[in-house]
Amino acid sequence: MSELKELIQNKLSKESFSGNGSLKALSQKGLELFNEQGIPTVKHEEWKYTRISAALNKNFSYAEGATAITAKEVEEFRLPGYEAANELVFVNGIYHAELSNIRSSADELVILPLSEAVKGEYKSIVDSNLGHSAGYHKDGINALNNAFAYQGLFISVKKNKSVEHPLYCYYINDARTVNVLSQPRTLIHVAANAEVKVVEEEVTIGTSDSFINKISEIVVEDNAQVHLYKIQNEDSHSSCVKTTHVRQIGVSKVNSVTITLNGGVIRNNLNFILEAPGCESNMYGLYCVKGSTHVDNHTIVDNKMPNSLSNELYKGIIDENATAVFNGKIFVRKDAQKTNAYQSNKNILLSDTATVNTKPQLEIFADDVKCSHGCTIGRLDDEALFYLQSRGIGDKAAKALLLHAFAIEILEKIELEPIRQYVDQIISERLDFEI
Amino acid sequence: MLSIKNLQARIEEKEILKGINLDIKPGEVHAIMGPNGSGKSTLASVLAGRADYEVTAGSVEFLGKDLLELSPEDRAREGVFLAFQYPIEMPGVSTTNFVKTAVNEIRKYRGEEPMDAVAFLKLMKERMKLVNIDQALLSRSLNEGFSGGEKKRNEIFQMAMLEPKLAILDETDSGLDIDALRIVAEGVNKLKSKDNATLVITHYQRLLDYIVPDYVHILYKGRIVKTGGKELALELEEKGYDFIKEELGEEVESPL
Repeated sequence: MSELKELIQNKLSKESFSGNGSLKALSQKGLELFNEQGIPTVKHEEWKYTRISAALNKNFSYAEGATAITAKEVEEFRLPGYEAANELVFVNGIYHAELSNIRSSADELVILPLSEAVKGEYKSIVDSNLGHSAGYHKDGINALNNAFAYQGLFISVKKNKSVEHPLYCYYINDARTVNVLSQPRTLIHVAANAEVKVVEEEVTIGTSDSFINKISEIVVEDNAQVHLYKIQNEDSHSSCVKTTHVRQIGVSKVNSVTITLNGGVIRNNLNFILEAPGCESNMYGLYCVKGSTHVDNHTIVDNKMPNSLSNELYKGIIDENATAVFNGKIFVRKDAQKTNAYQSNKNILLSDTATVNTKPQLEIFADDVKCSHGCTIGRLDDEALFYLQSRGIGDKAAKALLLHAFAIEILEKIELEPIRQYVDQIISERLDFEI
Repeated sequence: MLSIKNLQARIEEKEILKGINLDIKPGEVHAIMGPNGSGKSTLASVLAGRADYEVTAGSVEFLGKDLLELSPEDRAREGVFLAFQYPIEMPGVSTTNFVKTAVNEIRKYRGEEPMDAVAFLKLMKERMKLVNIDQALLSRSLNEGFSGGEKKRNEIFQMAMLEPKLAILDETDSGLDIDALRIVAEGVNKLKSKDNATLVITHYQRLLDYIVPDYVHILYKGRIVKTGGKELALELEEKGYDFIKEELGEEVESPL
């Protein structure tokens, strides 16, 4: 771990960042906290089942010239529907304007380096929102990203604008020659009455080790709608910690769908802070993992005001030696009367060596609320299998039908047809299911 | 076509079938009637290959093959069809996709090419008409939120698509009002031919007004205790199951 600290120290000491105000403060504080805390180990309650130290002990390098990605290389991993999307390309954690393709006009969508946004008309938004996730994740890995916040990106969706072109964000680690650790950082501001869809995908080029430690903070104003889709489909040498921290400061609706297909060690933190009365938050997840993939979905819903609705459904199909963790925490604060908060986690284990740890946590301080949580871990339903077999469908095809049916409940939540089809295609191939 | 000899089966430690003998020839309709707990549904399940039951003695020959040796899917592929008493709801499984998979798995088993989308849709349309089921139902998830009548109609639609040689209808009349019953029975009758056979399992006689059997068997305590023509069902309806008990010399509970 001292090697990682040294690497970070060296890297940051070379940066000539002389930004001001909140950004600089956050970066400095991040570095201090990281040096003090280091990488969380399994002794940390929130990291009990997810060990990231091995994936971070990889002799990472910040060698110059290792980031020569060409537009042609970007072609290879563009997601379907890109023709009608704003494409934002991050290389080794840093937004790359030349490789990106912004179709929306500047009166709808503003994209600025955080270091600029912190100075201009967005100063107050940046000041009051950047680093908000640190209040919920007081660990070294969150701090580490904060230390690099100065290289982050600010995105604003303007008031009353429904952005027609979804934002496709590709986080590319170029691991062709060296092991890469990247720290992408975004702050997305969705103004009142605005609507936007955001799709995120991590991509590792090359076969060296790759680790993405990403924080995306999103602030949502009155009457705005946000759709967040994550697709995670990487090789075993690619690991990540992705924190998505959503503040609903106005009456708004946010839907999130997280699809995890494969990778090394994957930790997704997803936080919804409901700060206005009457918000709606939907959190869906599907992890369909095999090999030795480890996926950990840690979610927090923090209800601070009355009359909000949160609905959470995570489903998992775990095969071979893969492991999955689900930890869903719901806070209902004193003032959050009439909160409706639902949570469900359903798992199917396909092999004797697959593992799942699931843990719902409710902390309720209000007395007039409706909360439910439940989790299941099981196998396929024998009655359903028999029904299919009794129609001449063989065991393998019957299982594929049932597993696909299990997954489709989540896939249907993706309201972006090309992306939904794309994910369905991958899952169907994985399950040997013919669409 | 089907020859059952001294079939005995149990679930866990409970003996349910205690020696069933039954022969069914192509073109015939057989009805099995009996009070609750007599073993009617067990017989249907054992023939279809449900794993919960253990066959302890006897044999079942179907078109020259040892049926009990075959997996449930191979029984279906050989031409056995069980219309479930309680069809399973399967959210997320499209009915059309399910039926197509079934049709093609059966074709594959028989060494035939899979049916292409056009031919399949044509067949589906034709069979939908036959059993009076509409497209809206089939575009939904399999049995999900279907009414009792819709589920049973869907069973008969699947039967129409798979063209079994032996159809076993397990209490298909349960939970149906008279209109739904008639529609389902009409479907079954239209599918009848000189080459296939039907085994109707029912508690009540009323289904047999619509699907007229050639033979009626009364199952009681795991055995077929009486066999007759369609008039036996009427007699049973009139006298109730107590008359069987009386014939067997058993004590009949007083109606008081």
